[in-house]
Amino acid sequence: MRVGDMIGILVKAFVVGGLICCVGQTLLMFTRLSSARILVLFVVSGVVLTALGVYKPLVDFAGAGATVPLLGFGYSLASGAISAVQTEGFFGAFTGGIVRTAAGISAAVLFGFLNALIFKPHAKR
Amino acid sequence: MQNKREQKKYRQYDQLVKRLTPGSNYLQGYVRAFWVGGLICVIGQLISIAGEEWLGMTDASASMLTSVVLIFLGTTLTGLGVYDDIGRYAGAGSIVPITGFANSIASPAIEFRREGLVLGVGAKLFAISGPVLVYGIVSSIAVGIIYWLAGRIF
Repeated sequence: MRVGDMIGILVKAFVVGGLICCVGQTLLMFTRLSSARILVLFVVSGVVLTALGVYKPLVDFAGAGATVPLLGFGYSLASGAISAVQTEGFFGAFTGGIVRTAAGISAAVLFGFLNALIFKPHAKR
Repeated sequence: MQNKREQKKYRQYDQLVKRLTPGSNYLQGYVRAFWVGGLICVIGQLISIAGEEWLGMTDASASMLTSVVLIFLGTTLTGLGVYDDIGRYAGAGSIVPITGFANSIASPAIEFRREGLVLGVGAKLFAISGPVLVYGIVSSIAVGIIYWLAGRIF
């Protein structure tokens, strides 16, 4: 990969990822939504935007800038479900989303669990 | 005399209100969320490029590598107490990326460790991420079924 290409890819990821976080910041500052609700809203929005065909072009354009924010988790769930329906039929709707996101979910459970065994709670400052 | 003193009081109060009302704070909030959130995405992109270019991974493997490494970083920084600091600084810049999801799993798991391994760690692990998974999975199944139905009808 040429250095110029790489810089372009990184800039796109930075700008798009940053802008998506600014949407979250708007919700945080101007609504009374808790962070848990914002996370839920982002994942479901990702699913809906993917179903409408809007999110895939953004992923193609911005790479990790679109997949690293939680919208990307919704994108993986929905695009997994859709492609499994195409290959396996009806029950693909039940398998595809989780199969596509399994690595992330398993990693979060494993590392979260190990974390709780290793670290002590920090005093809230 | 009394009147003048009251007017002075009002003026001071006005100044106090002006000083404490967040105005530029909004801009600062956006700037911080933007650069921290953007930076986390750049780190993700670098991991993905490293996976594809150096380790010869496919697209799918590289994106799994990216989420696994970012989640590892998110949980570990949470355990070290660093992610809370990042969160106080960056606001949504720390919540919206997948590291924020990792933080939402690791943070209650650590906090409720004293309530035991099963009902403390095991249950509270999903205190915030549980709803995220529930609504994410339900909506993706709905999308899959709608897609299947659309394929049948058209």
